[in-house]
Amino acid sequence: MNIYDIIFYLFAAVTLLSAFFVVTTRNIVRAAFFLLFTFFGVAGIYVLLGADFVAIVQLIVYVGGILILLIFGVMITNKITQVDIKTGTIHTLPAAIGVGLFTGVIGAVILNTEWFEIKTDIPVSTLSTLGRMLINEYVLVFELLGILLLVALIGAASMARK
Amino acid sequence: MMYDWLYNLTGSEILAMFIVSLLPLFVFILPFALFAVLMERKVSAHMQDRLGPMRTGYHGILQTIADIIKLLQKEDLVPTATDKILFNLAPLLAFIGSYAAFAAIPFSGFFIGTKIDLGIIFIVGVTGLVVAGILMAGWASNNKYSLLGAMRAAAQIISYEIPTLLIILTIIMLTGTLSLYDLSEMQTAYFWNWLILGGPAVGLQKILLIPFMIMGCLIIYTSTLAEVNRTPFDIPEAESELVSGYHTEYSGMKFAMFFLAEYANMFAVSAIVAIMFFGGYQSPFGYLGNTLGWTWLVPIEQFFWFTSKGLFFVFVQMWLRWTLPRFRVDQLMAFCWKYLIPFSFVILLLVGLIALM
Repeated sequence: MNIYDIIFYLFAAVTLLSAFFVVTTRNIVRAAFFLLFTFFGVAGIYVLLGADFVAIVQLIVYVGGILILLIFGVMITNKITQVDIKTGTIHTLPAAIGVGLFTGVIGAVILNTEWFEIKTDIPVSTLSTLGRMLINEYVLVFELLGILLLVALIGAASMARK
Repeated sequence: MMYDWLYNLTGSEILAMFIVSLLPLFVFILPFALFAVLMERKVSAHMQDRLGPMRTGYHGILQTIADIIKLLQKEDLVPTATDKILFNLAPLLAFIGSYAAFAAIPFSGFFIGTKIDLGIIFIVGVTGLVVAGILMAGWASNNKYSLLGAMRAAAQIISYEIPTLLIILTIIMLTGTLSLYDLSEMQTAYFWNWLILGGPAVGLQKILLIPFMIMGCLIIYTSTLAEVNRTPFDIPEAESELVSGYHTEYSGMKFAMFFLAEYANMFAVSAIVAIMFFGGYQSPFGYLGNTLGWTWLVPIEQFFWFTSKGLFFVFVQMWLRWTLPRFRVDQLMAFCWKYLIPFSFVILLLVGLIALM
């Protein structure tokens, strides 16, 4: 067993276990914190796949940004404004059908794809390739996304002022 | 590199990687924390015209070792009304976040965890775990003061990350690299090649860059000071209002973990300032090892310069702590959003224009 295998199984275990806890725990703040470990595990797997930039963006955006905001929101509604957040199981049948279909689709894709391995010693950094592509080939999409985020930011600021 | 050397020595890549990943902790962070706690107490004492700890060893130099032994012996107290799992996880998470940053910090050309191309962004990313750890501690403690402290800490760290990132972006734009190793190598030879003095650029460009670099350095130092919750930005653990913020309920080794994380973080941010503006591990005036022809001496000299620069900035942090009063919450936010961020944007824009010249 190679060291990368050990690291992979470690991160996979972290991701799966914490994802399991996220959906089974009754306490919503705990669920939010377990989500952190899921994101972290996924970031680790990105690193092993050679997608270094995606992994770090995953950490910055999801762990450092979105998750903190989520925890903030949950904690403030839960503890300070005394609103009960209900966690429970409802609509079991439709949910089971939806999840079953999704599992089927994912499973079919996994089984029908012809997987192949690319063996490299040390993955090359994707950073400069990614940067060139974003600025040359996908510049329109990139700029549009920027404008979209700006609009969301201005909207949030104007709502906060009211 | 350290890893290759250990790999040849031990013959097992798992063992070599394990040792490399433990080295910063045992060679550096633990001795540093022991030294820095004593330094903090001595600096504060002398600034207030006191003597500080005097009884354990000569002038109290063994005081922190005695304190650590005391902390290790303490009973592991977990208050009944806490959320047990999260309460126990939080100190670990905070420490992991600050320790992970050391993976990308080049202590010398020889001793660096990994030469990843994304060094600086990696450090910014893993710092997010510290915020999560603090929030977790505050919430799990089930204590109003802890929760308030954690909320303040998270809000403060998130806000002050913006000016930090803007200045980092300026440096990335100017140098074209995100790797801390390349950044240090770029500022080699003499101190006028340090980025605070315009970096390796020549002529008019260098002269134009100097004022912006000095401003950028001040901004990033201020905002990283806020990110590690040091005075004047210590409102998350303001003793006079919040007992001691998010770690009020912690004692013994768990408290020590938070303490270690705080001191590791202090050094990490000082190291970032040193690497980005003051040449990292580069000596200000050539190497003795190169002059004498002893190549093995160069990494040791580099380690010496790096730790001295880091320790100097840690000393400035302590100096500021015992000199300035604490900000109010509204002043803190106004200072970040109304002053630091606009100035950082101006620096970003103008440095971009100068770099195009």
